[in-house]
Amino acid sequence: MAFPFFTPGDDPGPSFAELLRRTGAAPPDPAGGSRPTTHAHGTSPLPLTHGTTVVAVRYADGVVMAGDRRATSGHLIAHRTMEKVFPADAHSGVAIAGAAGPAVEMVRLFQLQLEHYEKVEGTALSLEGKANQLSQMMRSHLPAALQGFVVIPLFAGYDLRRGQGRLFQYDVTGGRYEEQNFATTGSGSLHAGTVIKLGWRADLSRDDAIDLLIKALFQAADEDSATGGPDLVRGIYPTMATITERGFEHLEESEVAARFRALVDDLSTPESPTAHGATPTMGLGPHGEG
Amino acid sequence: MAMPFYVAPEQVMKDRADYARKGIARGRSLAALIYADGVLICAENTSSTLRKVSEIYDRIAFAGVGKYNEFDQLRIAGVRAADLKGYTFSREDVDARSLANQYAQILGQVFTHEMKPMEVEILVAEVGVDGAPDQLFHILYDGTVVDEADFTVLGGEAETIAERLQGAWQAGMARDDALRAAVSALAGPDRTLTSAELEVAVLDRGNGRRAFRRLTDAEIDAALGAPAGAGGASGDG
Repeated sequence: MAFPFFTPGDDPGPSFAELLRRTGAAPPDPAGGSRPTTHAHGTSPLPLTHGTTVVAVRYADGVVMAGDRRATSGHLIAHRTMEKVFPADAHSGVAIAGAAGPAVEMVRLFQLQLEHYEKVEGTALSLEGKANQLSQMMRSHLPAALQGFVVIPLFAGYDLRRGQGRLFQYDVTGGRYEEQNFATTGSGSLHAGTVIKLGWRADLSRDDAIDLLIKALFQAADEDSATGGPDLVRGIYPTMATITERGFEHLEESEVAARFRALVDDLSTPESPTAHGATPTMGLGPHGEG
Repeated sequence: MAMPFYVAPEQVMKDRADYARKGIARGRSLAALIYADGVLICAENTSSTLRKVSEIYDRIAFAGVGKYNEFDQLRIAGVRAADLKGYTFSREDVDARSLANQYAQILGQVFTHEMKPMEVEILVAEVGVDGAPDQLFHILYDGTVVDEADFTVLGGEAETIAERLQGAWQAGMARDDALRAAVSALAGPDRTLTSAELEVAVLDRGNGRRAFRRLTDAEIDAALGAPAGAGGASGDG
């Protein structure tokens, strides 16, 4: 690997993406430059792994982000412990839904881009600048999205200059939309969004904001087969993180587990009313014969 | 047709080396020490924006003395090389030794082939985790690489400062002791240096993935035992 030494007029500046292009280290486009296919609903003809529901909400001290852990491939569960909420840098986070491979690669490049800029320039990008960077990455991913490799991220961060948490939603063309209260994306986003919309109040406390997201993810998993609920058997719970003045902090898994158990206890009925009446009678059991 | 004068290669190299050394001696010096939790780098630098010490990668730091634009160009090239390598392979595969070799290649190439050698001396430091040793690579203007144990000094008065540091350095020093040793060695017997004239950074094993951290003026003052807020006030010259 050649030492990347450039003449002043030819310098790629603080952009890592530009550096990758100059040095020829950029990975080929996932769409591979092939002709666009007009496949039904823009879905890829290949079996793809998909990540599903991620949500974020603003509260008094900043932002909470959460994502379920399921990845699906068609109707099958491809992975039970996928991470969809990542730190982008010290004071921001990114959550992803969509084609898992390109999505994780996009996050990796985004993280690197922010760190690279910070190291080359000696200061971090503004939150606005970070949001715009992700927008540009989405724009350059558009050809792949048109072939079915759709990735939709959420970006959230604590704006140190304004002293508040901020949320950004994106579309496949790189459109960037700042949300005031909450943002959701992925297959279960409709249900999760409704729950958050009904429960949201201005200046939620940390506890209330986390419980609201837990409820939203639970309801999304209840209605959407591609969204994973809390897995009490294996002990797998959604990933959650807060972003405040102190920076990006993952919630302890034990805290998330305790809150999910509280919700499950709250919602459970001792025995399902349908269980008695609708028990299938499959003829005589082993005891019936005696 | 005029014949070019013959100049012996020995003379050419000597002239270039003298030129580079003179350029380096114009700036202030810098010391790096291995202490209990990692590597401490302390530079005499009155500017709080033009840095001599900076982060290259998770466990790797860079420091330079001499001509600012030249070592800053080297610093950025190092950040680029490290980020590219970490992206192509894995974060664990980025190491100071290979970076130091690449720097040596560039400096050696420039020294022998270009009009003017680079008037810089640089340091590539790596903090070891999981029991791996800390490393200090000192690279000279002509591409000579020295793998230093314990501590190293860069700059014009390197030898005198290193002698002073030799007496003060101990294995497994605490951070603040290491900082005091570096500052008194840089200052010498006749001067005192305050936080305003110092740039201090550490590669701290306990600092998470990115080990590099700059010490604030308040932290430097506390370590040097200066009364808070009196950093520059006592010296009214």
